[in-house]
Amino acid sequence: MSEPLKFHFDIDGENFTSAGEASVKVKKSLRQLGFPQDIIRRVAIAMYEGEINMVIHASGGYAEVTVYSDRIEIVLCDRGPGIKDVDLAMQAGYSTAPERIRALGFGAGMGLPNMKANSDTMVIETEIGVGTTITMTVNIA
Amino acid sequence: MEIFEYNHSVSLNPDKCVGCTSCLKRCPTEAIRIRNGKAHINASRCIDCGECIRMCAHKAKKAAYDHFDSLERFKYKIALPAPSLYGQFNNLYDLDYLIEGLYKVGFDDVFEVSCAAETVTGYTRHYLMRGDIKKPVISSACPAVVRLISLRYPELCDHLLPIKSPMEIAAMEARKKALSEHPELKKEDIGIAFISPCPAKISFVKNRPADDKTEVDVVLAVSEVYFSLISAMDAGIAPEHSSDSGMIGVSWASSGGESSALFNEKYLAADGIENVIMVLDHLEDESLSELEFIELNACNGGCSGGVLSVENPYIANARLTNIRRTLPITNTVIRSKPGEGSVDVPAEYSMRHVDFIEAPPLGKTLGESLEKMAKIEKLCQRLPDHDCGSCGSPTCRAFAEDVVKGETTEDECIVNMRSLIEELARNYRADGDITTPADDNNG
Repeated sequence: MSEPLKFHFDIDGENFTSAGEASVKVKKSLRQLGFPQDIIRRVAIAMYEGEINMVIHASGGYAEVTVYSDRIEIVLCDRGPGIKDVDLAMQAGYSTAPERIRALGFGAGMGLPNMKANSDTMVIETEIGVGTTITMTVNIA
Repeated sequence: MEIFEYNHSVSLNPDKCVGCTSCLKRCPTEAIRIRNGKAHINASRCIDCGECIRMCAHKAKKAAYDHFDSLERFKYKIALPAPSLYGQFNNLYDLDYLIEGLYKVGFDDVFEVSCAAETVTGYTRHYLMRGDIKKPVISSACPAVVRLISLRYPELCDHLLPIKSPMEIAAMEARKKALSEHPELKKEDIGIAFISPCPAKISFVKNRPADDKTEVDVVLAVSEVYFSLISAMDAGIAPEHSSDSGMIGVSWASSGGESSALFNEKYLAADGIENVIMVLDHLEDESLSELEFIELNACNGGCSGGVLSVENPYIANARLTNIRRTLPITNTVIRSKPGEGSVDVPAEYSMRHVDFIEAPPLGKTLGESLEKMAKIEKLCQRLPDHDCGSCGSPTCRAFAEDVVKGETTEDECIVNMRSLIEELARNYRADGDITTPADDNNG
């Protein structure tokens, strides 16, 4: 393989209802590439949770999915407020989502834990007032 | 898993098809392409929702339903009216007249699908009480939805309600009843005709694997029996036969009817294929886990909105509300024995597990697939992103895929072609030549 295949998605922070669209597109493309269902499911869930997070907390950003010969890498990048306490944010059930988001059934505090659970590696780079970049990989067995 | 060729039930009249983009743009699974000026349906992608039939302004598309005379070969003819048939008639308040009408047009017996629907409702209530099932449970009554799930949502196949459709259960029970009431009849003497609001039911009947046959012999269109029924229904004569439908069974014709009958508020009912797809996408992302039951109907308004129906779905549903008021709630209650838990679905009513039908990947190896995908991505960058459909593919993305698959060529993109021609024309004039291509044509 010469150049890894890369998909770029802009995540619209204005439109809450469109969150999840990139996940659907990635799913479709991975299926066309013939990946096993389990890998597609993990990438799709990790993407979906990341997208929702970006819309809730960071008014959008972008996602990049790169297919390497041994792994799929998902980079989610935003210019949001940053995560104050990453360890706390990683705890299941911890959420800083505002009440109006919880009223919609989101903000259960499962976003980051789900992303971790569905990826093989996950690195969070965050700076208060600057933004957050999360890099996840899913190994291709 | 058994592989057999899927035959969709939409047929095209090439003389009427003008090669416009109406069906192309509305097909929810992107199964249609316009090639050489005519629409083509990719059977492996078609879910028989009927949208293309609905959208075609030139009436070039038709559902391949059976005609009434195909019942002539049977000695004993049984009608299975779909609940949606009941909402088609103006001034019909008493279903007995409709049942009587079916006898008058030549049927020997009538078995209402609404009655079988009440049986399905009864068993679904028990099924939802089980602790070992995947929730939310998705209704399996709409064959277009079931096929869509089998083609696109591998994770959701296990969520489908494993109970046969009301049509199928009605057909089984109707045949049993006929054989016991008329011992002189052989199984093959009995012709069972489902009166269908939609092409998806036709395809369901015609695409059964050899070891999972249907009991339905013939599928008639509501629109075809409609006129003969109108003339057969006579308000002046008291009907001899009567309807056994309850409110619940009749409700199945409208979106929300199946789920509201479950007496479980944790449900969602979506209708219209675009809404159905949106709900399935959310379900696959596991974002609707608080629900217990999902009712999905491909047509707007539910089965009343089937493309083979006559009346507008909302008018039909309003009539059904009116008809329901005088009916008992249900005539079928499935009770468990005292002290026992939920009742299992009887084996004969159980639907076979729906398996995911995987579409072939772009290439034979991952490397080849990646290479093709890269080409598709690159080509997408060059395309105008208008999704105009003039190339014969539904979107620029689909066009790029078709080009890379070798099914069409890039010069079919008329938007890019026009830019190219304009550029050529500009260069031509810039060269100082006073004639334009248009002058050449005239000359």
